Amino acid sequence: MWEKLQPIWLISRRELRDQLRDWRILGPLLVLTLGFPFVMNAIAYQVVTFVNKYGGDLIVDRLVPFSILIIGFFPLTISLLGALESFVGEKERGTIEPLLGSPLEDWQLYTGKLLAGILPPVLSSLTSIAIFLVLVSKQNLNMPAFSLILQLLFLTLGHAVLMVSAAVVFSIQSTSVKAANLLASFIVVPVTFLMQAESWLLFWDDVNIMWYVVLAVMMLSALFVRLGLAHFQREYLLGRELDGLNLRWVLRAFRAHFTQGAQSARAWYAGLYRVTLKKLAMPALILIAISILTYVFSFQWTSSHLPATITQGPQSGVDFRESLGSVLGWEDAALQFNAPTIFLHNLRATLVIAMLGVFTFGILGALIFFVNISLIGVVLSAAGLFGYEPTLLFFVGIFPHGIFELPALLLSTAAVLRIGLALVTPQTERTIGEILIEALADWARVLVGLVIPLLAVAAVIEVYVTPIILCRFVSIACAILQ
Amino acid sequence: MIETSELGKQFNDFVAVDGVSLTVQPGQILALLGQNGAGKTTTVRMLTALLQPTRGWARVNGYDVLTQGAQVRASVGVLTEQHGIYTRMSAMEYLDFFGALYKLSPANIIATRNRQLEYFGLTEAASRRVGEYSKGMKQKLALARALMHNPPVLLLDEPTSAMDPESARLVRDQIASLKSSQRTTIICTHNLAEAEALADVVAVIYRGRILVSGSVEELKRQTLGPSEYEIHFAQAWNEAPELPVGVTLLERTPEYLRVQVQNPRESNPLILRNLSARGAAMISMQETPRSLEQAYLKLMTDAQAAHLLKAQA
Repeated sequence: MWEKLQPIWLISRRELRDQLRDWRILGPLLVLTLGFPFVMNAIAYQVVTFVNKYGGDLIVDRLVPFSILIIGFFPLTISLLGALESFVGEKERGTIEPLLGSPLEDWQLYTGKLLAGILPPVLSSLTSIAIFLVLVSKQNLNMPAFSLILQLLFLTLGHAVLMVSAAVVFSIQSTSVKAANLLASFIVVPVTFLMQAESWLLFWDDVNIMWYVVLAVMMLSALFVRLGLAHFQREYLLGRELDGLNLRWVLRAFRAHFTQGAQSARAWYAGLYRVTLKKLAMPALILIAISILTYVFSFQWTSSHLPATITQGPQSGVDFRESLGSVLGWEDAALQFNAPTIFLHNLRATLVIAMLGVFTFGILGALIFFVNISLIGVVLSAAGLFGYEPTLLFFVGIFPHGIFELPALLLSTAAVLRIGLALVTPQTERTIGEILIEALADWARVLVGLVIPLLAVAAVIEVYVTPIILCRFVSIACAILQ
Repeated sequence: MIETSELGKQFNDFVAVDGVSLTVQPGQILALLGQNGAGKTTTVRMLTALLQPTRGWARVNGYDVLTQGAQVRASVGVLTEQHGIYTRMSAMEYLDFFGALYKLSPANIIATRNRQLEYFGLTEAASRRVGEYSKGMKQKLALARALMHNPPVLLLDEPTSAMDPESARLVRDQIASLKSSQRTTIICTHNLAEAEALADVVAVIYRGRILVSGSVEELKRQTLGPSEYEIHFAQAWNEAPELPVGVTLLERTPEYLRVQVQNPRESNPLILRNLSARGAAMISMQETPRSLEQAYLKLMTDAQAAHLLKAQA
């Protein structure tokens, strides 16, 4: 085992030594590591003193954990430079070929570089946080709970792995340091958004949710590492000299995958069934299994939590419609209840799932899908609490259009999830671009061939059929829908 | 030993190497000659298992480049076109790093590193950062690195490119000295004098294809025709010479005669006897020196003309 790991450490050690001999990296890193905690501590102290005068307890309580999050993040941005040039920089300097010519295996080379990218920012962040905590303990500031500190440390580690692994992937895919640096914003911007969400949760103070966030960040980091490992190829680093975006080739490849050479609509649909849908079997099964669990969990959770939180519900159908309109920002909810609006709304949801899914290996897309499933659980469970039979309500209120709508959402989400699965699956004979184009073409085939027609049918049924059936069995529904 | 058969590499629509078949025996040095972009570096990269062939096969030191990449890389010492040296390391650190990558024992690393540094005359500068080295020193260090694991196969891509003549000669001498061992070597170079001095076998590559291969003499004969000889006279001699079969008269002046001889061993004594019998006072008869460069340039001109004709057709 050690024999296999030793080369990794050799690569990392050389990289680390190189970084520590470069004052352009070492200087800012030392300043941020050793100086920034003092600055942050002084700011926190001033803010706490000021806010205490006006009784802003929440801000006072949350300021220190928030500062830890920020202090941990700053050194990562500097270290990103090292990771971004880990491969492409060596390529530019001409040092990569002797390294690639050594008998190391691909995963050893990749892991060695990754480790060298992760260690400095993590050590730097942890040192900064430790200094800050020592300063906090010596002042009149509340020390966060141990579990919260642990969560923040895990989050910092997750951010480091996430950013560095993504940077190493960019470094492999780029043909110049300049191009890799330009791509850095695709790492920094999403991570800052992620941190904004984390900060919001931090102020919300829900320990359990924070653990889920930690888990999600760790999963995403692991997927990025997997992506890098799956697609690291010596050949890719040496086989390309220019960053050429061949749009004609992209369009040709997309078209070839989209049409599958079909000459008629019938042949195209046959191909959709024979080729594309078979690829979606596994992600669809995963989604169905988790959907069942999500439904059961949301149903049970609503049954046990909702009675305590309901104080006053809508008194009539008109009240309900008005409150729905105010929540959704519609002037009149009834006006929006037409087939085109519902169709466009569902199509928009499908596109949002795709957009978020493409950047997160399908995870965020799948999460939105599960949120929709959990809403069904919540609604049916809540209806049960109001005295309606959930099963009956499902069959008369959801099933008529859901039989089209749910498979449409399931298929489009499965296609998005497959994009992520395809990306993290080793396919050394193809580039990431080729894999992405094929997976996107599959998604587009499913969207055009199945999802759009199914959503259109579902919208028509939802407007013209479901209300009639619902009215016959559930009296309040008539009042809402009138 | 290196063997390739119909080795080819295609990048999308571009064919970089198109069916290269070569055999280089242990102890031999093969010089791979060709224009920029002819496919030399791509061939070397395939032989180092850095690029995967899209057709054909290659075996290096008995290992298949497609399926036994790690073994191939362990058997090969590569000197790349760019020296590829980490400038913040000292020469000692650099050689130690690569020694460890090639899984040499610590004791072996120290012994080999010191030996290589001494061999290449770098001992005094061994603890200095490589960034301070001259280009020649860097190239020598790169060669030392390529030899650290005592590889049975050496692949040298432009070993003396962009070097001053003195450094180039030093490196060339050192490559020549490596020939004594039973090592298989391929040198890619534009320097034809270097190739002529070092190589046992020469192969000329053009647009990814081997145009011609063989010893330097064979190459000259194939390209420029049979050997040429010049006969210089002590006094003007104006008679028409009688030449044996297989000898062609190329040039004739009262002072000298230039002939092309198919079989010098048989024909040259006859020529001399004939001229002497007819009263020609000869000062000397010597082979006209023909350089590899002449042969190469002729080959390239012919190849380009053929390519143009083909393109027009």
